[in-house]
Amino acid sequence: MTEFTPLLSLLGGALIGLAAVALMALHGRIAGMTGILGGLMPLARDWGWRAAFLLGAIVAPALMIWLGGVEIPFESPAPMTWTVISGLLVGVGVVYGGGCTSGHGICGNARLSPRSLVATVTFMLASFATVFVIRHLIGGF
Amino acid sequence: MQLVSALLIGLVFGAGIALSGMANPAKVLNFFDLAGTWDPSLIFVMGGALAVTFVGYRVVLRRSGPVLGGGFYLPTRRDIDRPLVLGSAVFGIGWGIAGFCPGGVIPALGLLRPEPVVFVVAMIVGILLARLLQRQTPSPEPDRQGV
Repeated sequence: MTEFTPLLSLLGGALIGLAAVALMALHGRIAGMTGILGGLMPLARDWGWRAAFLLGAIVAPALMIWLGGVEIPFESPAPMTWTVISGLLVGVGVVYGGGCTSGHGICGNARLSPRSLVATVTFMLASFATVFVIRHLIGGF
Repeated sequence: MQLVSALLIGLVFGAGIALSGMANPAKVLNFFDLAGTWDPSLIFVMGGALAVTFVGYRVVLRRSGPVLGGGFYLPTRRDIDRPLVLGSAVFGIGWGIAGFCPGGVIPALGLLRPEPVVFVVAMIVGILLARLLQRQTPSPEPDRQGV
């Protein structure tokens, strides 16, 4: 069980949106993690802002915990082997799909991109189906 | 300036992910578990993020270019092709297995737990593998829009 957190989630979502708008306003870039990471493998000419964004994103939760005393719940139910399989699938999928939850789900849909809408509906349905199969058909994690 | 700005925006993004619960795989998986321990919080994450971005983009994209120079890098493709749908389906299956997506797992690295690290390493292998495959199978127009 995880606690239903409508207000915190709305606030967090608004901050994600704020970051997406700021990245477009200041840098002219889509805040899609797939695209930002992609430009670091191999290093694109504009790798600086990408690395700085990633650093900020990684450091933020640590700062919130160590300086702000904020509690950030974390629980990973999948066994390690499945975490590895999941990582491989996500990596392959986002390259072919051209984006993930942040790029397609937020930035692309905010621009009413038909590709992003199709991608978002597809990956959400696949996730719902996968969790149903794992939890209710094969009785997994 | 570019670096300081990107660092600060990254901090806001990471804070948003952490507060929203997107860095917590259990919460993500519970959102997808309609028939079980359903946690609808993620609707509020997507709703909040989409509302702000939808309005913000409309204001920002009226400008001739970004504040720090250069142009707006906006994907222009509108066609629905097979790689888009199949790739997204594969991503969704992966997301449904462990509850990590790229935007959620990068900030989760800051929680100093082993699972995000293992996932990110596997994801990078997956990304490089797919790039390799894309290069070997000549596709007329690979999607490198950087979404």
